Amino acid sequence: MMNRRQRRHLEERFFKGVMRLSLFLALGVLGLIIVTVTQKGIGSLSWSMLTKSSEGGFYLGKEGGILNAIVGSLYLAAGATALALVLGLPVVFYLHAYIGKSSLANAVRLAFDVLWGIPSIVYGAFGFILMLMIGMRASLLGGIITLALVELPILVRTMDEVMRMIPHELTESTYALGTTRLELAGILLRQTLPGLVTAVLLAFGRGIGDAAAVLFTAGYTDNMPDSLMRPVASLPLAIFFQLSTPFPEVQARAYASALVLTILILVISLLARLSLRALGRHVIR
Amino acid sequence: MTIRTATHLSIRNLDVWYGGQHALKDINADIPRHQITTIVGPSGCGKTTLLKSLNRLSELNTQVNVSGQVLLDGIDIYDPAVDVTEVRTRIGLLAQKPCPLPMSIYDNIAYGPRIHGQKNGKMDDVVRTHLQDVELWDEVKHRLKAPATGLSVGQQQRLCLARALAVRPEVLLCDESTSALDPISARAVERLLDRLKENYTVVMVTHDLAQARRLADYVLFIWLGEVVEQGPARHVFNQPREPRTRAYLAGEIG
Amino acid sequence: MNIVQPRILTDRIGTARTTFVIPRNRQGWRYWKDAIASQGMGISTFAACLLIVVIAGALLDRAWPILSVESPKALVTSETWHPIKGQFGFWPFIASSLYVTLIAMALAVPAALFSAMYLAEYTRLRGLIKPLVDLLASIPSVVYGLWGVLFVVPLVRDHIGPASNDTLGQIIPFFATNNPTGYGLLAAGFVLAIMVFPFVMSVTEEVFHSVPQEMREASLALGATHWETTKAVVLRKSLPGVIAAVVLGFSRAFGETLAVLMVVGNVVQVPGSLFDAAYPLPALIANNYGEMMSIPLYDSALMTAALMLLIVVLTFNIGARLVLVRLNPETAA
Repeated sequence: MMNRRQRRHLEERFFKGVMRLSLFLALGVLGLIIVTVTQKGIGSLSWSMLTKSSEGGFYLGKEGGILNAIVGSLYLAAGATALALVLGLPVVFYLHAYIGKSSLANAVRLAFDVLWGIPSIVYGAFGFILMLMIGMRASLLGGIITLALVELPILVRTMDEVMRMIPHELTESTYALGTTRLELAGILLRQTLPGLVTAVLLAFGRGIGDAAAVLFTAGYTDNMPDSLMRPVASLPLAIFFQLSTPFPEVQARAYASALVLTILILVISLLARLSLRALGRHVIR
Repeated sequence: MTIRTATHLSIRNLDVWYGGQHALKDINADIPRHQITTIVGPSGCGKTTLLKSLNRLSELNTQVNVSGQVLLDGIDIYDPAVDVTEVRTRIGLLAQKPCPLPMSIYDNIAYGPRIHGQKNGKMDDVVRTHLQDVELWDEVKHRLKAPATGLSVGQQQRLCLARALAVRPEVLLCDESTSALDPISARAVERLLDRLKENYTVVMVTHDLAQARRLADYVLFIWLGEVVEQGPARHVFNQPREPRTRAYLAGEIG
Repeated sequence: MNIVQPRILTDRIGTARTTFVIPRNRQGWRYWKDAIASQGMGISTFAACLLIVVIAGALLDRAWPILSVESPKALVTSETWHPIKGQFGFWPFIASSLYVTLIAMALAVPAALFSAMYLAEYTRLRGLIKPLVDLLASIPSVVYGLWGVLFVVPLVRDHIGPASNDTLGQIIPFFATNNPTGYGLLAAGFVLAIMVFPFVMSVTEEVFHSVPQEMREASLALGATHWETTKAVVLRKSLPGVIAAVVLGFSRAFGETLAVLMVVGNVVQVPGSLFDAAYPLPALIANNYGEMMSIPLYDSALMTAALMLLIVVLTFNIGARLVLVRLNPETAA
C-alpha cells in the first residue's frame, strides 16, 4: 500500500511523462512530415524541373518542369503582399498614431482578428463573386486581389503587435517635440522596420502556400505568367494536380514540387523570425 | 513542550548566486523558535532572496544557484533526499501582495489541507477555525462560496494568512507582507503575527524600521548580501555594535 | 507663429476678461497633411473592418436564389444531394465537416494542452521549442495533404482500419470499416489534428504563461507539487482562455480545405463509421467550382456552403476573441 506522499509524487511523475510524450509525439510527427517530403521529393527533383515550364503533356508524364508554377506563385504572392501593404499600412498607422489605446482601436483589432479567422476558401468564393461582378476572368490580377485580402489581416495584426512593443514613453517624448500624428507614424515605422519586414515575410509566405484562395481566382496554366489579365499557375495547385494524376512518374514530381515549396516556405519563415530577433536589438526599450 | 529560546531554523554558510551575481555571501544565522525574527536592510540587499531560500521557493527561478545548508530542527532542507513539498508544508509563506488562488474563499483555505489528505468531512471545521484565527470568519461566513478575489486587499491578505496556517506549518515566512495594505489592515495583520508567535516561528522581511521595532524579538541586519549584525532586538536596536547598523538605524544609509 | 497672444474674451454677463490662448496653426502644410492623412487612414481602416460585412453580404446575395426557395432548416437537415434535379440537401456535408473537425480536435487538444503545460510550467526549453513549432506551423496545407496521402492513408488502410475493425468494430459499428481505401474521416481528422496542433498549443501556452508567478508560488508554498499547482491553479485560472483557444482551433480546422480534400475520400454521404469516406463543406466548394455555372442553382448552392462556413467561423471567432480580450486586454493576440 502506497502512502499519500508516494502517490502524489507518482502522479507528478506520471503527468510529467504524459506531457513529455505529447510534446515529443507532436514534434516527432511534424518532423516526420519534413523527413517524408524530403525523402520522397529528393529522388525526382531535377534541374530541368526547376528551369523548364510545364508545356503540353507534362501531366501525362512528358518532359517539362514547374518553373511556371514557381514564378506564378512568386508573382501572385509578391503582388498580393504589395497590395496588402498598401491597404494595411494606413490601418496600422491609424491604430498607433491616431486612435492609440482607445476602445475603437480594440474594436478594429477584434475585426482584424476575425478577418484572420475567415478560411481562405471563403475569400476564394468572395473573390470569385467580385470577379463575376466586374466581368473579369480567372487571372493573375484576380488571384492577387483575393490573396491580398487573405494576407491583409496577417500583415496588419503582426505589424500592430510589433508596434505595441514600442514603449509609450517614445510616443510621449515624440509628441513633446511638437510633432504631428503623421510625423509620429513615420518615427514609429522607422523604429519597427525589422518588424515590418517580419510581417511582410509572414504574409508573403502565407501567399505562396495558399491554394484555396487562388483555386477559383487565378486559374491555372502550363505557360509562364505573361499578363495580369491571363490565368497563372501556382505551386500548391501544381502539387495538387500532379498528385491527382494516375501516373506514378507525375506523382513523383508532386513530391519534388512539395519539397521545393516546403524549403521555400521554411526559408521565408526563418528569415521572418530572424528579422524579428533583429528588432529586439533595434528598438529602444 | 519545546524550549522557547532553542534554535528552530539554522542557516549555515549559505551562498546564493542570482544570474552571475553573488547575491548572498556566506550567511550564518540561528533563528529562534516561537519568536518573530525580522530581516532588515536597504532594498535590493538580498532580503527577499534570503527568505525564499528558506523554503526553496528561490529555486523556481532558473537563474538562482544556492550552496550551503538550511537546517530545520537539524535536517538540511537542501539535502537531495529531502522532499521539497514536505519542506514547504512545514515552512509556510505569506507573500508581499495578497494572492488568492482562483477559487472560492472556502476552497482557498481547503486547498492545502486537501492536498495533504484532509478528508472532506472535517473540512468545514478546518475552514472555520482558520478563518476565525485570522478574525475573518464573521466578515465572510455568509459568502464562503464566493470568489476570493471579491474581498478587499486587507481581507485577502488575512485569507492568505489563514490559508498558509491551514497546512499547519511550523515556520511562517513573511515577505513585507503588510507593505501592500492600508494602515488599518496592516496593523491587523501585525497584531495577528504578534499573537501567532506563541505557536509558530515567524521570519519576516521588512524595510519598515518602525514595524521591525514594534514586532521583532530577533533581528538580522543585511547589507549588500552580507549579515552585518544579528541578535536580540533590544540589543541591535538600542546598542548596535557595527557602525553600518548605527548609520542605517539613523537613516544615514539605505 | 506660436506666440502666446492675449485675447479679450467677453463672457455672458458682459465683463471682459483676458485669457491666453495658443492659436492653432491651421495655415501650415504640416497641419493639413496630418488632417488629410487622418481622414484617409480612418476611412481605409473603417473600410477594411467593413470587409466582414461585405463578404457576408456578397455570399448572401449569391446564395439567395436557393435560400429564397428552401427554408434554412430544410437545407441544413436534408440528406438528398442531386444538383441536376435541383435537390440541395446539405446535411452530408455539414455532418462530414463536424465529424472531421471533432476527430481532429479530439486528437489535437489533449496533446496541445499537455505540451503547452510542459513548455509553460516545466521546461527551460520554451524559447527553443516554441519558435520551432511556429516554424513547422507555416508548412502549407497542400504539403500536409501530400503527407497524408503518402503516410496517413496507407497507415489507416493497412493497420489502423483492420485492427479497429477486428476489435472494437465487432461491438461498436462506428469503429468497423467497409472502406478498403484508407481515404476517409480518420485520415482527414489525423492530418487536420497535426495542422491545428501548433496553433492550439501556441495560444494555450501564451495563456498559461500569463498566469502570475506569485500564484504558482502561493500554491507551491503550501506544499503542493508542480502538477497539483498546474492542475488546480494554472489550469483553473486559464480555463476561459484555454476554451477560447480550442474554439479558435475548431473554427480553423472547420474551414481547412486542401489538406482535408486530399485525404477525406469525397463521397456524398453521412458518414456512419470512423473509416467512411466523407465530403466536408470546403471540399464541396473547391471540387465543384468548375461546373457550377453549367447547372442551374448550383453556384447558389456552393455559395450557400461558403456562407454556412462563414457563419460558423464568425460565430466561434467573435465569441472566443471576446473571451481572450476580456482575459487579457493588453496582450490578447
